[in-house]
Amino acid sequence: MNSAVPADERRRRLRQRHAAERRFRLAGAAAVLISAGFLLFLLATMVSGGLRGFTRTQIALPVDFAAAGLPLDPGQLEGREGAASLAGAGFEGLTDHAAIAAFGPHGARLLSDAAWISVRNAVRRDPSLLARRAVIQVPAASGIDIAFKGRGTPEAEAEVASLARRSAISSHFNAALFSAADSTDAAAVGVWGALKGSLLTMAVTLGLAFPVGVLAALYLEEYAPRNRWTDLIEVSINNLAAVPSIIFGLLGLALFLNTLGLPRSAPLVGGLTLALMTMPVIVIAGRNAIKGVPPSIRDAALAVGASPVQVVFHHVLPLALPGILTGTIIGMARALGETAPLLMIGMRAFVAAPPDRLTDPATALPVQIFLWSDEVNRGFVEKTSAAILVLLFVLLAMNGLAVYLRNRLETRW
Amino acid sequence: MSAPTLLLLILGLALIGWLAARTRAAAFATRPGQRSPALPGHHATFVALCTLAPALLFVALWTTISPALVTDRVLASPAAAQLPPSGFERASILSEARSLSDHGLGAAFHPLAARLAPAYDEAQGHYDALAAGIALLLAFGSGAAAWLRVRPGLRARRHVERGVMALLLAASLIAILTTAGIFLSLVLESWRFFQLVPVGDFLTGTHWSPQVIDPADPGGTLGAVPLFWGTFFIGAVIATAVAVPLGLMSAIYLTQYAAPRTRRWVKPVIEVLAGVPTVVYGYFAALTVAPAVRQLGVAIGIESASSESALAAGLVMGMMIIPFVSSIADDSLAAVPAGMRDGSLAVGATLSETVTRVIVPAALPGVVGGILLAVSRAIGETMIVVMAASGIATLTLNPFAPATTVTKQIVDLLTGEAEFDSAKTLAAFALGLTLFLITLLLNIIALGVVKRYREAYE
Repeated sequence: MNSAVPADERRRRLRQRHAAERRFRLAGAAAVLISAGFLLFLLATMVSGGLRGFTRTQIALPVDFAAAGLPLDPGQLEGREGAASLAGAGFEGLTDHAAIAAFGPHGARLLSDAAWISVRNAVRRDPSLLARRAVIQVPAASGIDIAFKGRGTPEAEAEVASLARRSAISSHFNAALFSAADSTDAAAVGVWGALKGSLLTMAVTLGLAFPVGVLAALYLEEYAPRNRWTDLIEVSINNLAAVPSIIFGLLGLALFLNTLGLPRSAPLVGGLTLALMTMPVIVIAGRNAIKGVPPSIRDAALAVGASPVQVVFHHVLPLALPGILTGTIIGMARALGETAPLLMIGMRAFVAAPPDRLTDPATALPVQIFLWSDEVNRGFVEKTSAAILVLLFVLLAMNGLAVYLRNRLETRW
Repeated sequence: MSAPTLLLLILGLALIGWLAARTRAAAFATRPGQRSPALPGHHATFVALCTLAPALLFVALWTTISPALVTDRVLASPAAAQLPPSGFERASILSEARSLSDHGLGAAFHPLAARLAPAYDEAQGHYDALAAGIALLLAFGSGAAAWLRVRPGLRARRHVERGVMALLLAASLIAILTTAGIFLSLVLESWRFFQLVPVGDFLTGTHWSPQVIDPADPGGTLGAVPLFWGTFFIGAVIATAVAVPLGLMSAIYLTQYAAPRTRRWVKPVIEVLAGVPTVVYGYFAALTVAPAVRQLGVAIGIESASSESALAAGLVMGMMIIPFVSSIADDSLAAVPAGMRDGSLAVGATLSETVTRVIVPAALPGVVGGILLAVSRAIGETMIVVMAASGIATLTLNPFAPATTVTKQIVDLLTGEAEFDSAKTLAAFALGLTLFLITLLLNIIALGVVKRYREAYE
């Protein structure tokens, strides 16, 4: 064939082409590795920064309750009156005095602003403390916390060293992270308030987007006649799924807050806004699941006398449900990680108490992460990463559930 | 009567109707010689629906008009005579009085609000009782009428199914309503904005600093060109420069070279990148990438390298959109008929020659569609730029200089403490409208390209 080209020239060309082939293959493998490496690097950064947020530094504070003479009756700390008398008993002052007595004039600054709450809770658990001296574990101030974890300022390091000599400082699991809400003191913040806000928001989103999305998917896939109106519906749904999320925030602001006058910062409004965003995702997933149910099922049901509505609700919907649920969970996971629309409807307020109702001011977990990331106090850095880990864990659990449902329940036809 | 109680009562009535109709229908269903066109369950559902639908429609309608009625009644009360005649103060007193009466909060900022709160309580109570009465009467009346119609000849199934179809249609119309709602709210607020600021100034002005708006010439500091440039530079240039080579090469490697086992594991890992919340990327960009980029800039001799550079935001945004490029490229590469690949290999081309000269050109429309979708996602992305990009609008080609985007400015404009009607907040809606139209256009083109291409090979 190529008799004009000498044999060694042919071999040289072939070598070149094979070298190019190897380079191309290597470039492909490198692209995959870099992409996966990004993910690993991102996760490693968050984990290394966030794990410290799950521990908290505590100081052993000796408190002389007997000498302080708190206006409390050890027998009557139960119920509402007990709570009221505890609230007015002046634990803040007692804690500060105890710290100054134990650690010198700067003692009060070593403790978190929320240290007195630990003292109060200790008394509530064991009223007999009121008659004696006791050593109580209280959270350390944010600067001491950072220093004990090895990154503090020289002054804080010195304080930590002197506390450590008296073995009055130790590290514990930070249970407050899962029971407290936002606070101005980095040592006392928790994600529970934000997590609860997210849960309320997601409940509203699920309650609206799931039924509407499933019914719309059923209509479009099973009954809709082919005409201009159903084309319009389809085009709107496909476009809504690709509209930037911040646009939904603008809609929520203009429609729910300014026109309908619903309360700002409320999980109700957040849920409504996210429901509008999640509904198209559920519709698209639902239509794919419904499409996957073979026509023979419908034909068989029709043949034994079922009406079109019975066919769909007795046969098609139950068979398509696992697929719809998988799509719904994935849509909900996306909504849970969403921040921008919630900023637009005012869920960026400082909320120090977990919300109890759908109209209470609340914040959501991703928004809380955003707010903490803006804090100048260095104590918030590890809390932000810890909150990110909590969020990623919840998302991972949701996606894992979706994969499990898909593998377990979905029928292969 | 509170709303949940009312809803429970209506539901209770519907349940009673369901049970009563079922008993009645069951009685004639067992009678010999008669064939009803519907099962007892259909009759029962028919009556329950007739009980629910009018009452719930009434309640829905009522909640939209009752606030106005309540306010009218409050204004007619004697305490309202002391209200200032009009304007902002009047509105703020009224809204405070309303929230006092709604939430039962103790202290009032404005003393008049505290005196108006009982009037609100009274008016709200009056109309609530009225509404509850009407709703219950409606539910009972129409339920009873439906129950009287329960006879062997009633085509209950057909009626019920028509109701179900109406429900399904209503659910799918919500999608249209949402689109219309987005469009209307953006257009209406933008219209108000363009009455203050000429369209030309906004679309062609090159100076953007909304912090200082000159009331005489608001358009002078609201020129959006630097924002459009920043958005394009970060989202369509830097992010795409990261995502397209990585996404495309990953897709090629995974579809053409990787063993099926590797592919099964690696593909989901890359797709996880799309599922990480954007606020996490933003934090990563601001805390880890931005300082590194700044150091890099200083190291290569750019002294002015910013810690809020376009490059940092763009790099992280590129990471985020890798899966959008790779998964659509993956689909379109896999859709190229095997015969084309085999033919090329059979005449002696290496696999890389086959990929670059046969498979990628054949899959190009799908790949381009995927890139357009990824770009649309990037320019609409908010949190990364809010946390990592700068607020200063500049027109620059230097990736180490600060840059800002449309989405970042929307957030900045609306999270300040400005009056809602000012040019500043309305500008956010004009920016939103621009963003909406651009992403809409990109999506339509991208979906069209992908779809036409897919049809060509099927």
